[in-house]
Amino acid sequence: MSASAVRPTLDTVENAAATPDEVQPYAELGLKPDEYQRIRDILGRRPTAAELAMYSVMWSEHCSYKSSKVHLKKFGERVTDEMKQNLLVGIGENAGVVDIGDGWAVTFKVESHNHPSFVEPYQGAATGVGGIVRDIISMGARPVAVMDQLRFGAVDHPDTARVVHGVVSGVGGYGNSLGLPNIGGELVFDGSYQGNPLVNALCVGVLRHEDIHLANASGIGNQVILFGARTGGDGIGGASILASETFEDGVPAKRPSVQVGDPFMEKVLIECCLELFAAGVVEGIQDLGAAGISCATSELASNGDGGMHVFLDDVLLRDPSLNAGEILMSESQERMMAVVTPARYDEFVAICRKWDVEFSVVGEVNDSGRLTIDHHGQRIVDVDPRTVAHEGPTYHRPYARPAWQDALVAASSSSLPRPTTADELRATALRLLASPNLASKAWVTDQYDRFVQGNTALAQPDDGGVIRVDESTNLGVALATDANGRYAKLDPRTGAQLALAEAYRNVAVSGATPMAVTDCLNFGSPENPDSMWQLVEAIEGLADACQTLGVPVTGGNVSLYNETGAPGLVDSAIHPTPVVGVLGVLPDVREAVPSGWRSEGLSVVLLGTTLDELDGSAWADVEHQHLGGVPPRVDLAAEKALASVLIGARAAGAVAAHDLSEGGLIQALLESSLRYGVGVRASVAGVSERDGVSTFAALFSETTARALVAVEPSRVADLLAAAASAGVPALEIGTTGGDAVVVDDVTIALGEAREAHTGTLPKLFA
Amino acid sequence: MVVSTGSAGAAGARIGVITFPGTLDDRDALRAIRLAGATPVPLWHADADLHDVDAVVIPGGFSYGDYLRAGAISRFAAAMTSVADAANGGLPVLGICNGFQILTEAHLLPGSMVKNDHLHFICREQTLVVENNTTAWTTAYDAGQRITVPLKNQDGQYVADERTLDELEAEGRVVFRYEGWNPNGSRRNIAGITNERGNVVGLMPHPEHAVEPGFGPDSAQGARSGTDGLGFFASVLSTLVAA
Repeated sequence: MSASAVRPTLDTVENAAATPDEVQPYAELGLKPDEYQRIRDILGRRPTAAELAMYSVMWSEHCSYKSSKVHLKKFGERVTDEMKQNLLVGIGENAGVVDIGDGWAVTFKVESHNHPSFVEPYQGAATGVGGIVRDIISMGARPVAVMDQLRFGAVDHPDTARVVHGVVSGVGGYGNSLGLPNIGGELVFDGSYQGNPLVNALCVGVLRHEDIHLANASGIGNQVILFGARTGGDGIGGASILASETFEDGVPAKRPSVQVGDPFMEKVLIECCLELFAAGVVEGIQDLGAAGISCATSELASNGDGGMHVFLDDVLLRDPSLNAGEILMSESQERMMAVVTPARYDEFVAICRKWDVEFSVVGEVNDSGRLTIDHHGQRIVDVDPRTVAHEGPTYHRPYARPAWQDALVAASSSSLPRPTTADELRATALRLLASPNLASKAWVTDQYDRFVQGNTALAQPDDGGVIRVDESTNLGVALATDANGRYAKLDPRTGAQLALAEAYRNVAVSGATPMAVTDCLNFGSPENPDSMWQLVEAIEGLADACQTLGVPVTGGNVSLYNETGAPGLVDSAIHPTPVVGVLGVLPDVREAVPSGWRSEGLSVVLLGTTLDELDGSAWADVEHQHLGGVPPRVDLAAEKALASVLIGARAAGAVAAHDLSEGGLIQALLESSLRYGVGVRASVAGVSERDGVSTFAALFSETTARALVAVEPSRVADLLAAAASAGVPALEIGTTGGDAVVVDDVTIALGEAREAHTGTLPKLFA
Repeated sequence: MVVSTGSAGAAGARIGVITFPGTLDDRDALRAIRLAGATPVPLWHADADLHDVDAVVIPGGFSYGDYLRAGAISRFAAAMTSVADAANGGLPVLGICNGFQILTEAHLLPGSMVKNDHLHFICREQTLVVENNTTAWTTAYDAGQRITVPLKNQDGQYVADERTLDELEAEGRVVFRYEGWNPNGSRRNIAGITNERGNVVGLMPHPEHAVEPGFGPDSAQGARSGTDGLGFFASVLSTLVAA
C-alpha cells in the first residue's frame, strides 16, 4: 500500500492520546486557536490527523454556517403554523418539501458555487449544478428542472469573457447531459462581481408524499454503502496540507482543489437512485458534497439514533495513494451514501449492477453513539458525530452600519439630468434595451435544453419557469428567482424584501399561487462588520417579508467571503446579493400566462401605482453609471393585492402578463412586444396625471407592485373590476398591434428594438 | 398533414424505445408514441430481445456521456445488434439526435455527426423542409412541407464524403433539410436521412418534443402549441397498417 509506504505511521487514536504535544497544522486548515482547543476539549485529547481533517471541513463557514447560524434562525422563528400547513419538510434538511396537492410534493433549493467558478469556471459551474441536483435526489425526488443565477464582472473587463464562457458552458454541459430542462435564471454584469462572480443554481424535484427520504442512519446492523463515482484526490483543498509533510508557503497544492464533474455518472446515479427509492431498499440517504465522506458519515450518524463504524479501506479509490484525511475530505463528485438493511442488500446490489454503478459497503450502523473509523486495521477516528456535524462553533460576529452608508444614501439620483424630449426618451429606451443587463439573454439560454422531459410550459424569456408535475391533470409549479444587488447595496433590508417581492410577483404573473421560498445569500466577509451588517439586515428583512406574504423559507444556502477589496471601503465586497426563489402552484400549467402578446387589438392594462423612483435604477446605471440614494419602496400589502389579481387574471381574460422591474414600463412594453413580434400603441398621459409623475418617470421608474396585463377588449371591464375589488389601481394604457412600440410621441420600430435587444450579448461574447 | 390516430391497426401497434445509460429523451419518445395512439414499449440496451415490437425509436441524449464519440459505445449494445438485424429485415427504425448518431455508428445510415461549427450547444425551434415523404416515418407529410420541431445538440453537424452526399441526394434519401438558417454547419443543410429501403430514418431535431399542445414549439395556433412532430408517429402507424 503506497500510502503507508510514504507515511511513517498512521496517526491513531491511541497515538494521539500518547502524543498530546504534537504540533498540528490546524491554522493551515482554517481553524482558529480557540476552535482547535475546543476540539481538544471535546475529545479529551488532541485530535488525530483524520479527526482534525473532519472537524476542519465540517466547522468551516461553508459547512457549519457558524457566522450566519444565529441570524438564519429568524427564518424558522417567523414561520407561523398557517405557513407550515403546506410544508412536509422544513428548513434544515437537504431541501424543503412542499405539498402541492393530489398527493404530490415538490422539493427545491438554490445553492452557490461561487469561489470554484472564479478559479475554474467550467468545472466550478458544472459541479455547482451537479451538487444541487444530488441534494434534490437525496430527498427522494426526481429532478425535473434547473435554473441558474449568474453574476459576472463588467462586460468590458478583460477577465469577464473567460468566466462567462466557462460558466455558461459548464452549466449547459452538465445540465444538458442530465436531461433537466433549464427554465430560466438571471444574468447580471456589474464591476462589483469582478473577482467574485456568483454562480448560483436551483433545482426542483417532484415526488409523491410517501416517497420522502431523509438523511439519517438508523437500525443497528444496517449497512452503510458508498456508491457512484470512486473517491479521488479532487476538491481536497486544505487537506493537501495534511498530505504534504514538506508543506511550504508558495508551493502549489499537489492536486486540483476544484472538483471535476462527470455528468454521465450523475445521470446514471439519478436513475439508479430513483430505482432504489421505488424498490424501497433505502432506509436513509445522503449526497456527498462539501466535506465528502466526513460530512455524509457524521450527518447520517448524527441524525440517526445510534452510532456508525466505518472501514475506510473499503472506500473505492481512484487514486490508491490517498491518505485517510484526504479520503475523508475529498469532494469527488457523483457519490451518494445509503443506509440499507441486510435483508435488502441483494436488491440494492442488483439495481446498482443494472446501472453499472460501483458501490462498496463502507460501514455499519451500531449502538455505540460514536462515529468510529478504522484504516489499515487501526482506529483513526473516534468522535461523537454530533460534535462534528451539528455542534460546531457559533459566532456572534460584530456588525455595524458601514461608515460609508450615509454618504451612499445621500447621493440620490435626483440631480442627474433626465431626458425630456421624445427623441431623448426614445434614445434612452433603446440604450437601456441594449444594455447588457436588460438585453436579451438568448445567447446564454439558447445553449441550454428547455424541452427535455416534455413538461415545460413556460421558460425564459418569460417571467417565471413553469413545469408540469402530473400529466393526467396538468397540475404543476411555477418558479422565479430574483435579486437586485444595487438595491441591496443601498439598503440591504429593503433589497432582500424587493428580491422576494419580485420573485413572488413573477410567479403570480404566470397565474400561479406563491407557496414557498428558497434563498441563496451571497455576501462579503463575515469578519468585515460592514458586510456582516448587510447580511443581518437582509436576513431580518427577508424573514419579516416572508411572514407578511405568508411564504415560508424552506431551505437555501449562504455564501460568504465574496470580498477581495481592502476592508472598510464602499467597494470592499460584492453588492450584497440575496437571491430569492419563489415556488408557486398552478392547477393547470397549460393555462400559464406568457409575458408577451401574440395578437393585435388586445387592451393593455397597467396595474399598480407609479412613483418617481429612479435611485439604483437601470437608467441611473446605464446612463450615468450612478449608484446612490434609496431603493424603490417595498409595499408588501400592494404586492399581495396585485398577486391576487394576477392569479385570477387568466379567468378574467388575461392572455399576457409581464411584471415591471428593471428599466420600468417602457422596458416591459418593449419586451412584451418583442416576445412574439406584435407591437403596441399606448399613452402614459393618464399615469402621469393620476400618479403625479413626469413622462420620464412614468416610463423609467422602477416602482414595485406593478404589472402589465393584456386582455381581449371585451374583458377589460372584468379585469378592472377585479383590480378595483382588490384595491389595485388599474389603468388601460394602450392596444396591441402594429410593428412598433408607440408611447405618446415616442416611436420605436420593432425591427430596431430587436436588433438592439438581441445584438448585445453575441457582440460581446460570441 | 393528416394525423390518423386511434385506428384499429394503429392502436395495436407496439413501438419500442431503447434506453441506454445516459439516454435523456426516452420518456418523451414513449409519451409521443402514446399520444399518437400506439402502445409504447420500453426497451433496455442490454436486452437483445426486442419484445415483438413493430417499430423502434432510438431516442436522444448523451448515451455513455458521448465519451469517445457520440454513439460509438452504444452501438455495441445487445439491443442494437437485434435492431440492426431487424432493420435489415425491414423493421421501421427512427433515430433522433443521439439515436441518429448511434445509427451512423452502427452503419445503418451513412455519414457522421461532428461538433457544431459554432462550437456551442444550441437549443432552438427549428424549421425543416420535408424532402422525402415516402419513408416509413414521413408519409403523413406532404413533400416540401415546412415543419417546426425543437433542435438541441452539441454534435449536430452532419458530414459525409462528397460521393455519399451526391448519392443521398440522387437517390432522394435526404429526408429533411434545415430551412432558413443552418444551425450547425451540416453539409448541404441536411437534417435527416434514410437508408435505401426507407425504413430507417435518422435526424438531429426532436419530433418527440412537438407532440402536445402547451409543451412544444410556438405555432400559428398559439404559444408552445406546435405538434408537427406527431406526423412521424402517425406515419409509421399507417405504414404498419398498410404492411
